[in-house]
Amino acid sequence: MAFKTPAELQYTRSHEWIRIEGEEATVGITDYAQDSLGDVVYVELPEVGASFEAGESFGAVESVKAASDLYMPVAGEVVTVNQTLVDKPEILNSDPYGEGWMIKISVAPGVGALMSAAAYEKYVDEIKH
Amino acid sequence: MTSSQALRRTPLHDRHVQMGARMVEFGGWEMPVQYSGIVDEHNAVRNAAGLFDISHMGEVEVKGKDALAFLQHIATYNVASIGEGHANYALLCQPAGGIVDDIFIYNLPDGYLVVVNASNTEKDFAWLLDNLAGFDVVLTNISDQASMLALQGPMAESILAHATDADVANLPFHCVMTAMLLDDIPGIVARTGYTGEDGFELFVDDDNAERLWDGLLALGKDDGLKPCGLGARDSLRFEPCLALYGHEIDEDINPYEAKLGWVVKLDKGDFVGSDALRRIKQEGVQRKLAGFEMVERGIARGGYDIRGVDGERIGYVTTGMPSPTLGKNLGLGYVPTALATEGSEFNVIVRDKPVRARVVKTPFYKPRYKK
Repeated sequence: MAFKTPAELQYTRSHEWIRIEGEEATVGITDYAQDSLGDVVYVELPEVGASFEAGESFGAVESVKAASDLYMPVAGEVVTVNQTLVDKPEILNSDPYGEGWMIKISVAPGVGALMSAAAYEKYVDEIKH
Repeated sequence: MTSSQALRRTPLHDRHVQMGARMVEFGGWEMPVQYSGIVDEHNAVRNAAGLFDISHMGEVEVKGKDALAFLQHIATYNVASIGEGHANYALLCQPAGGIVDDIFIYNLPDGYLVVVNASNTEKDFAWLLDNLAGFDVVLTNISDQASMLALQGPMAESILAHATDADVANLPFHCVMTAMLLDDIPGIVARTGYTGEDGFELFVDDDNAERLWDGLLALGKDDGLKPCGLGARDSLRFEPCLALYGHEIDEDINPYEAKLGWVVKLDKGDFVGSDALRRIKQEGVQRKLAGFEMVERGIARGGYDIRGVDGERIGYVTTGMPSPTLGKNLGLGYVPTALATEGSEFNVIVRDKPVRARVVKTPFYKPRYKK
């Protein structure tokens, strides 16, 4: 089964995506991640103004069966939180790259471990086998 | 890198993979956790029917002159009250009262059948052997030849009735009979289950498992029968508050703490653990299993700490999840006995933050057995 992996985004090994536009970025989780989770019933997102290092947990997402932490692709400060997602967590399953965006951040200096869409697709392929 | 021990597979493993199930490890077995999704499967069982592969469970035949006396000696329930063609839930306890396993005992024409948890099969068989001395009994571990399927839900009876001439519709709750399934598959049919719905558990030889699985799914298709995995099995047993070994019950937990005193028949005579259990019942227990609902936003999960409203750690969650049928975040956990009463409040620690919970009546979901 092929998971959607938009070419214009970048990805992490912990299955977050990030769209960087200048000094701002939008973060969410990938199609593979939402599929692995199953029906999402709960999303925990940080407060506006919270700062995190690259790789630090900024929240959590839960399904019936399990809870998973969410990790920052790069360091940054939270500028906007998708409140709609908090109220309707199922959007993560139906539209992980669009309506299911999680946070918008102002990007801080620092190294993040990011992959291109092609590299992420290959990575997911390896995990599945 | 090679694994030291490969996971065991049931006769239906290939079928699960072919059907697109997501496979996971459970108790040393590679099992399907879901097919169409946990919530979808859960709802299918509550509203129509679901089919589960439970062949990973252990089965032990107990036969011989002293079969009843032996089972009376090691089980807490009054096995003498389980007549031929009947079955019942029971516990195996340590001399100090801790729970070795929860089991089901079936009284069949040619002897007893004891079904044990997959994760405890080796332990239980060794336990039975250790307690054999002085009893004229033959124990046979048939786990490797017996397959088990569970067919559960309000449509289970009518689906099974199409699969056999045997009068399964009139088989009472917790009764067991032999039946020829799909014309030529010899099986044992029990009106038992782990979902809180009406349903059956079917025992057949490994060689016939695939044919029975396929046949039942085909027969039940129009009634909404779906294949279900361990994820739904867990959410379905959680709502009627059925215990899961390693969570609500364990070697360091006694039946009275677990609210399973009803499975302990102290007046039947002595059995392994009866002295300790008599004393425990008399003295009362310090902690007790409580069912609770989350008052503040958050999901309780097994293993999470429970703290009093004053901040002191007072217990832990044994199982917790968003309940698909009840539509609330619920949990079971051990708390001090005084707090195990309806309306009591405490905090569940979710990712380092206290989230308020309140004790509610159990079971969360009232079982709909056909009695």
